[in-house]
Amino acid sequence: MKTERLSGLQRILVAISALMLIIVLVVPLWKILLYAPQYPEGLTLKMYPHKLGGDVEIVNGLNHYIGMKTLHTEDFIEFTVLPYLIGLFALFTLVVFLVNKRKWLNVLFYSFLAFGVIAMADFYRWEYDYGHDLDPSAPIQVPGMSYTPPLIGYKELLNFQAYSWPDAGGLLFFGAGILLLIAVVLTRLEKRKLSV
Amino acid sequence: MKRMIIPVLSLTTAIFLLGITGCKPKNAGSAAAGDAASRVYVAPGKYDEVYNFVSGGFSGQVTVYGLPSGRLLRTIPVFSNDPQTGWGYSENTIPMLNTSHGFIPWDDQHHLEISQTNGETDGRWLFANANNTPRIARIDLTTFRTAEIIEIPNSAGNHSSPFITENTEYVVAGTRFSVPMDNDNGDVPIDTYKKNFKGTVSFISVDPNDGKMDIAFQILLPGVNFDLSHAGKGPSHGWFFFSCYNSEQAHTLLEVNASKRDKDFIMAVNWKKAEEYLKQGRGQKQKVKYAHNVYSDETHQATSTIKDEVVVLDATQFPDLVYAMPCPKSPHGCDVDPTGEYIVGSGKLAALIPVFSYTKMMKAIENKDFDGDYDGIPVLKYESVLHGEVEKPGLGPLHTEFDAHGNAYTSMFLSSEVVKWSIKDLKVLDRAPTYYSTGHLMVVGGDSKKPYGKYLVAYNKITKDRYLPTGPELNQTAQLFDITGDKMKLLLDFPTAGEPHYAQAIPADKVAPKSLKIYDLMKNKNPFVTMGEKEARVERKGNRVDIYMTMIRSHFNPDNIEGIRVGDEVYFHVTNLEQDWDLPHGFAIKGANNAELLVMPGETQTLKWVPEVSTVYPFYCTDFCSALHQEMQGYIRVSPKGSNVPLTWSLDKKSDATVEPDAAQ
Repeated sequence: MKTERLSGLQRILVAISALMLIIVLVVPLWKILLYAPQYPEGLTLKMYPHKLGGDVEIVNGLNHYIGMKTLHTEDFIEFTVLPYLIGLFALFTLVVFLVNKRKWLNVLFYSFLAFGVIAMADFYRWEYDYGHDLDPSAPIQVPGMSYTPPLIGYKELLNFQAYSWPDAGGLLFFGAGILLLIAVVLTRLEKRKLSV
Repeated sequence: MKRMIIPVLSLTTAIFLLGITGCKPKNAGSAAAGDAASRVYVAPGKYDEVYNFVSGGFSGQVTVYGLPSGRLLRTIPVFSNDPQTGWGYSENTIPMLNTSHGFIPWDDQHHLEISQTNGETDGRWLFANANNTPRIARIDLTTFRTAEIIEIPNSAGNHSSPFITENTEYVVAGTRFSVPMDNDNGDVPIDTYKKNFKGTVSFISVDPNDGKMDIAFQILLPGVNFDLSHAGKGPSHGWFFFSCYNSEQAHTLLEVNASKRDKDFIMAVNWKKAEEYLKQGRGQKQKVKYAHNVYSDETHQATSTIKDEVVVLDATQFPDLVYAMPCPKSPHGCDVDPTGEYIVGSGKLAALIPVFSYTKMMKAIENKDFDGDYDGIPVLKYESVLHGEVEKPGLGPLHTEFDAHGNAYTSMFLSSEVVKWSIKDLKVLDRAPTYYSTGHLMVVGGDSKKPYGKYLVAYNKITKDRYLPTGPELNQTAQLFDITGDKMKLLLDFPTAGEPHYAQAIPADKVAPKSLKIYDLMKNKNPFVTMGEKEARVERKGNRVDIYMTMIRSHFNPDNIEGIRVGDEVYFHVTNLEQDWDLPHGFAIKGANNAELLVMPGETQTLKWVPEVSTVYPFYCTDFCSALHQEMQGYIRVSPKGSNVPLTWSLDKKSDATVEPDAAQ
C-alpha cells in the first residue's frame, strides 16, 4: 500500500506545478511579434488566458488591407473558457498534492497533456481561420496567399516578418507539464526498481 | 637697351603676378580639422548627441537641428503661419496669433532659452521671443509645439528676451525701442523723446507645474534701447542684467547720434527686491491691453484672452531696485558666466571686452560708490565694478558663451572670428576664423550653470561663397566647432533657415525620452471630435454647416457629401482616428483660400471653407499615409444658393443608379 503514495520529491514537483499554473492565470500565454520596414520597433500581440493584449488596434487597422477580420477579445469563446480551465487544472494539481495518490497524479498528467494538445490545436485552428477567411473585396489580393501566422517560430507574411512564441504563461504551462511528467516517470522508475 | 626690355618686362610681370597670388588669403577650405568628417558623421539610423534649437529671425519660426551632424530635424511653427500644418490657418490655431493689434501672422524671432532647474537646462520648455509685435512663446518639448504666446504691453521691439532665471521663475522682456507708455497719450512729437519716451523691462512668471506664463510686473526705466540680457546665477541669483545703448536718447540717425558717448550701461535689476515692493503693494496698476493665447493638447484648440492690466514699478521711485554699470561702447551681448560671478558686456564698437564682477558690484552698492545718476538711476563707478578688460580681443565683439573650464568664447562680427579667452586672467587663448561675420554663437548649455561644452556653433550673417550659389538670395550659414581641446577646430558648415540669432542646445537624453508619439484619442476633448466612424455626420444650422469627419487608413468618413449651397460657411472638423506613431493624415480641398490641415493621430482640427461656385469639389489626404493613400479622397457637391438638394453624407453607399459595366452589355 505504501507505493500508492507519492514520494516527497514527487509532492514537491506537484506543488510547484500548481503554483506555476496559478501564475499562468495572470500573465500572457503567447506572443506574436510582427516586424515590417514601417514598423522597425515591431508590433506585439499578446494572448492572455482572458484577453488579447498588445497592439491589437494597430494590427486591426492594418488587417483591412488584406481583408482579414479584426481581432476582438469578445469574439473568442476561448477567452471566457480558458481562465476556468487553467484554474481547474491548478486546483486539480493542488488536490493531487493533498490527496497524495499516484493514481491521481497519472490522471492529472494525462488529462493535462490532452488539454495542452487540444489548446494548441484550437490555437492553430483560429490562426488558420483568420489567415484564410479573407474579405473578397479587400484592397490587396495576392493570388494563393494566405496569412496564417506560424503556430510557433517564424514566417514571412508580405512585408511582415511574424514570430510566434510562448510568452511567460506558455513557458510556465509547459514547465508545469514537464514537472508533472517527471513526477510520473519517477513512479515508473520506482516500480521498475521494485519489480527487479 | 632693346635687348634689356624683354627680360625687364618679364621680370616685372612675374613679380606682379606673384604679388597678386601671394596676397590672396589662404583658402578657407583648408581650415577644417583633419578628422572633421568622422567627428560629424552620424551613421544612418543613429541619433545625434544634441538637440540644437535655432531661432528663425524673420521666418518667425524655430528650427531644430541635430548636432554634430547639422541635420535639420524639424521646423516648429511659432509666430508665423504655416500652411503645411495649418498653423495660423486652422480654426484651432488662429487664436494663437491673436494680439491687441488683431491677428498677426508673422514676426521676427530672435532669441531662445530652454527652461532651467537649478541653473541647468531641464528640457521641459523652450521660450522664444517675437521682436516686432512684442510677444513671448512657450514651446512644449514633449510635443515640439507652441503651447502658449503672451503679448508684452508697454514695449516695442522685444529684443532682450526671453532670458530666464535659474529656476525658470521668470522669463524677461526688455523693450528695444523706448516709446510712450500704452496708457499715456502717444500722439506726441517724436522729438519729445527725452520727455515722453520710456523703457520697460517685464518679468513674466512661469508656473513651475504647467509652464503657464503671466506678466508679474514691469519696471519703468529711462528711455534708452534695451538690447540683451541674462540672469544672475548662483551667488548673483536674484539679479538680472540688461545691456542698453542709446543713452544719448537719440530719436533720429542713431548710427551717429547713439554712438557718441564713450559708455552706455548694463542695468542691474534686483528682482528679489522688486518682489518685496510688490508684496508691500507698492506697484502701480496700469490699464493696458495685451493678448494671452493658450493651446490645449486636450481640446486641441487655442483660446485667446485679452487682458487689461499690468503692475508697474517706477525704478526712479525705488533707489535700490536698479543700478547702472557703465559699459563701453553701445553694448550688445550681456552674458553671465557659469559661476554667476562675472558679467561680460560686449561693446560692439569697443576695442576691448569689459568683464564685471558681481562681488565688486555688491561692494560698490554697499559703499555707495556712485558716479551720479542717469535719469534717476544710480550709476556705479566703472572702476569699482570692473573685474578687468580683455585687451585686443578682435573687432566688433557681440556675444559670449562659456564652457565648464573657465573659458569664454566671444563672436566678432567685424573681424569675423570666434575668440576664446580665459575668464580668470582675461588672456586671449585662441582665435578661429568664421565665414562670414558671426552674429550669435552658442556652446551646448553655454549660458547655464553647467555647460555641456564639447560643441560651439557660430551663426553667421553672411554666406557668400560657402555653398553652391542659389541666385541673389542665400540661406544663412552655421559653423560647428569642436571646443574640447586647447584649439578650436572647425568641423562643419551647414545652411540654416530664416535668419538665426541666438540658439540653444541640450543633450538629447534630456528631451528624447519624453517625446510624445500620439495624442490619446480617448482623451480628445475637442467639442467637434468624432469618436469613431459611427459618429461621422453633417449638421446644418442656417448657413453654417459642420462636417464631423474621420480619417483612418485609407478613407474619410463621410467621403460623399451633398446638399451644401453657395454662401454656406462650411467647417470641416477632421478627427484622425489612428493611434499609431507617425501616421498623420492631411486634409486638402480644392479652392480652399487658407491652407490644408495636417492632423496628428488622435487629434481633431478644423478648417473653414466658403465655396463660391456651384460644382463638385474633391478633397484628399495630402500626407502619403499608406499604400492606398492615393485612394484616400472624397467629393462634396455644392449647389446654387436656395437649392433644395437634401443634405446627405455617406461612405461606401452603393447607389441604385450605378450601372455595373458587365450589366451594361
